[in-house]
Amino acid sequence: MISLYLGERTWAHAVPAGWKLLALALVSLLVTPFDSLPLMGGLLAAVLALYVSLGRAALRQVVLLRPMIPLLVLLVGLHWWTGSLAAGIAMALRLLAMILLANAVTMTTRMDDMMDAVEPILRPLALFGLSPRAVALMVAMMLRFVPLLFALWEALNESWRARTGRRGGWRLLAPFCIQTLRLSHHTAEALAARGGAPKGPRR
Amino acid sequence: MKDRALVQIALYAAIFAVLGLMPKFDLPIAGGVPITAQSMGAMLAGVMLGAKRGALSILLVLFVVALGAPILAGGRGGLGVFFTPSAGFIFGWVAAAFVAGALMSLLRAHAVFASALIASVVGGIVVLYAFGIAGMALKTDLSLVDAAKACLIFIPGDTLKAVLTALVAQTVARGMPEALLSRAR
Repeated sequence: MISLYLGERTWAHAVPAGWKLLALALVSLLVTPFDSLPLMGGLLAAVLALYVSLGRAALRQVVLLRPMIPLLVLLVGLHWWTGSLAAGIAMALRLLAMILLANAVTMTTRMDDMMDAVEPILRPLALFGLSPRAVALMVAMMLRFVPLLFALWEALNESWRARTGRRGGWRLLAPFCIQTLRLSHHTAEALAARGGAPKGPRR
Repeated sequence: MKDRALVQIALYAAIFAVLGLMPKFDLPIAGGVPITAQSMGAMLAGVMLGAKRGALSILLVLFVVALGAPILAGGRGGLGVFFTPSAGFIFGWVAAAFVAGALMSLLRAHAVFASALIASVVGGIVVLYAFGIAGMALKTDLSLVDAAKACLIFIPGDTLKAVLTALVAQTVARGMPEALLSRAR
């Protein structure tokens, strides 16, 4: 699976995940009430400067914003129609800056560091009988299921093509669901046979 | 929580991710509106797992997205998606799955297809769009009505997804009734 994480280390990789999350939350709270055009332009410029300081690979990720352009154009257009174009552009600049800033945290933080950083937030889940270790297990299981499901879909598609010469498409959905449910039953049995999901409060 | 529920929550979260990574379904819809299969993942989780487990399954998806996995449609992911104009839809999926699941067990006396269709439409469209439109209005300073206009193009595709979800629920109810956890006693 492709990852948004940047392989090469930058200075931002060394900053603890908790601090980066805190900084992101603070900035998002601070910029929400403002909609002055120069301020938002400055924010976006600052975030882009951050990307430049992170290197070429980081700048390449700015391209990920491309699918959002039609929606942003539509939203700015609606603003223009109903009121002021300047407010619309300020809104678009703020959105772009915040999306890029949040993505910068994701780019420079490993998934397990992020998980460790949010573990304290998960602790209240123990009240509902769900230990943070069970959450970690579910995350791992989910990520493992994804390629497995793709393989299953491919197998169904191939056998459909062998019988009809066409692609299965939506017709595969029902058998796919039944097969995946069977898969999950086996997984649950295997998990139970190994002593079940972790119940302790800590790793 | 039982092991089986745990695995199924992870499974439907994975199905949600797969629906987003899939290129696209060959759905006969004109206009070329970008239709992601992903809100169908929320409908499926609710209809199949029931209210609580369905909502937990989508929460797991959001958690993994926040951790940085690019599993939303078009390879999006990471913390950035929570700041996009469509963030309301992303949080709305949790409510959508919950409402769809609750309706599914509420309508347990009725036929699977009909109740799954109602559950998907109310949860996956009415509730989801309430969240999505409110979120968009909040993020973009537009009025609710204007934000609603920007979202309406997705409704036809979502109706189709509700029908597909109901078809899947019916098939599973026939082929593997014990897997329809939303109706388990």
